[in-house]
Amino acid sequence: MSGGVAADASALLLEAIDVVRTYRLGRDVEVPALRGVSFQVDHGDYVAIVGSSGSGKSTLLNLLGVLDRPTSGQVRYDGRDVRELPDAELARLRNQRIGFVFQSFHLLPRLTAVDNVILPLVYRPGTKRERRERAEAALAAVGLADRMAHRPGELSGGQQQRVAIARALVTEPALVLADEPTGNLDTTTGEDIMALLESIQAEQDTALVVITHEPEIAHRAARTIVLRDGVIADGSSP
Amino acid sequence: MSAREAFRVAMQALIANRLRSALTTLGVLIGVMSVVLLVAIGQGARSEITGAIEGLGSNLLFVLPGDGDFGGGPRRSSFVLDDVERIDRELLGGGTRVAGYTIGSEVLQAEGERLTATVLAVTAGYPAVLSRELARGQGLTESDVVTARRVAVLGATTAETLFPGQDPIGRTMAIGGVRYRVVGVLARVGGGGSPFGPDQDRNVLVPITSGQRLFGTDRLDAIFVRATATQTVEADRAVVRRVLAQRLDAEEFSVISQDEIIGVVGDILQILTLVLAAIAGISLLVGGVGVSNIMLVSVSERTREIGLRKALGARTRDITRQFLLEAIVLTGIGGAIGLALGIAGAQLVAALAPVPAEVTGWSIALALGVSVAVGLVFGVLPARRAGQLDPVAALRRD
Ligand SMILES: Nc1ncnc2c1ncn2[C@@H]1O[C@H](COP(=O)(O)OP(=O)(O)OP(=O)(O)O)[C@@H](O)[C@H]1O
Ligand SMILES: [Mg+2]
Repeated sequence: MSGGVAADASALLLEAIDVVRTYRLGRDVEVPALRGVSFQVDHGDYVAIVGSSGSGKSTLLNLLGVLDRPTSGQVRYDGRDVRELPDAELARLRNQRIGFVFQSFHLLPRLTAVDNVILPLVYRPGTKRERRERAEAALAAVGLADRMAHRPGELSGGQQQRVAIARALVTEPALVLADEPTGNLDTTTGEDIMALLESIQAEQDTALVVITHEPEIAHRAARTIVLRDGVIADGSSP
Repeated sequence: MSAREAFRVAMQALIANRLRSALTTLGVLIGVMSVVLLVAIGQGARSEITGAIEGLGSNLLFVLPGDGDFGGGPRRSSFVLDDVERIDRELLGGGTRVAGYTIGSEVLQAEGERLTATVLAVTAGYPAVLSRELARGQGLTESDVVTARRVAVLGATTAETLFPGQDPIGRTMAIGGVRYRVVGVLARVGGGGSPFGPDQDRNVLVPITSGQRLFGTDRLDAIFVRATATQTVEADRAVVRRVLAQRLDAEEFSVISQDEIIGVVGDILQILTLVLAAIAGISLLVGGVGVSNIMLVSVSERTREIGLRKALGARTRDITRQFLLEAIVLTGIGGAIGLALGIAGAQLVAALAPVPAEVTGWSIALALGVSVAVGLVFGVLPARRAGQLDPVAALRRD
């Protein structure tokens, strides 16, 4: 299993310690989405998060992706508590360490595939030419060398998700977070996409955390975290 | 994100919504255009009027009824012809330096032609003191004044209207029903009847004495004194004051120099110009509100894009800057086009209308500065709103 490879590196990438996330609705209605979650992700790890709808999977992923801060508890990256980092530092962390893959792709419709892949590079130093070359290489790596100039509307769902994966990889992140990446795709295409993500995880030593509803995918991960009502019901390694 | 990159993204977004961007720009464009155009007209009027006053010659003193406070409305004049003569006796050197007039409006008639014109009943020195030149015939003489002779010197337009294609010298005409003989025609001043002053060529000069009889008065409306040099203006003013004070109270007359009049008139017209600019500024403000509005729509439409950009590493600052730049580009383009149209409009007005128009450097700078400032001010709210969007919520929006 690919997870075993990561164990050699065994360096801790991120750590969630007793993470609580409570949404406030109006004045006094509180929705506890996560009620104390602790686990670790190592470099090169492959973790699947499963659980029924509303169990808090997306909430957890957003916290790992530092798009959100926990109500209490800690998310630690490279030993630093996310809650203590200023907004600009979180942006940097997302840009340099994390790649996102969404269920609904989230490509900008007016940009071509290559310009969509360039997007994260725009928020870091570099020349236009370097960015373009990296984006083209990333698109080639996901098998879309011949679709560079296509806009999202001119691509199939699977191709769009490949563009999104290229966008997540172009920054060479330490961690790829995928929230139901195959949720909008048919089974075969979904398997291709998962195979692509897994090959990247294995070959580039990138940690992969993927939310899924599909048991087959969960089985392939090194570890599966089962969320139930905002707590980890089963966090065993296989 | 680099400034260049941000500019590129802003342009892309504006081009993606071409029509909307154009319409939003239009609001700013109209505002800037009206600022430039109205200020140009105001400035044009100002230089035209002060130019007309300067055209009377230099170093003039105007002796007017009243204490110089124009707020009190027109005063009945206390000046008589003897005042002109007494001032003349006291002033030293320089030939004819004092003149006076009484002004009225009468119907002029000659061989079936009719014209209502300004009648200036003047002392013999009037043309010399006020730099009016004779084109043909002779001017009015001391003896014409002394004997109240019914002779007239016509303004150029008056002559052409009453005696089309003929030589008016020696012909007779009626002024207010009284027969006069034409002895001379004045050289054309030009400038025509602008909305800001009477037509200097559409008048007729008659001897003060016969004119006073015509108007049924023994008063003069104003006295003019020409100093021989700028340095002696104040000395002459003192003489005029002393002479008039012998007979009149201080509130009955005031002595104003040409420079003072140019200053006051210039100030008034400057204020007028600023009022025009302010009114035009309101339309610029409305244009700015339009920009703000469209930017808010744009932010709301692109909420998902903002969420995505944040997820990919954009800082609050990057997003804010992107939208701010978009607003500034929008208003900057509107400002530039509005400026071009304003200048073109001013030239058109100057060419076609009797209203002069002068585009000044400060109105250009103001227009461009203000339009960029409008983008900044009205872009800040939407841009900040964009920057502060919560990425999780923004990404979930559909
Ligand atoms: N912004 C929010 N405001 C209030 N409650 C929220 C918000 N986001 C999520 N929740 C609540 O938190 C709980 C967990 O939501 P979350 O989106 O993490 O579930 P999930 O496991 O991803 O579900 P699914 O499989 O349907 O995507 C749910 O009860 C949800 O209603
Ligand atoms: Mg979810």
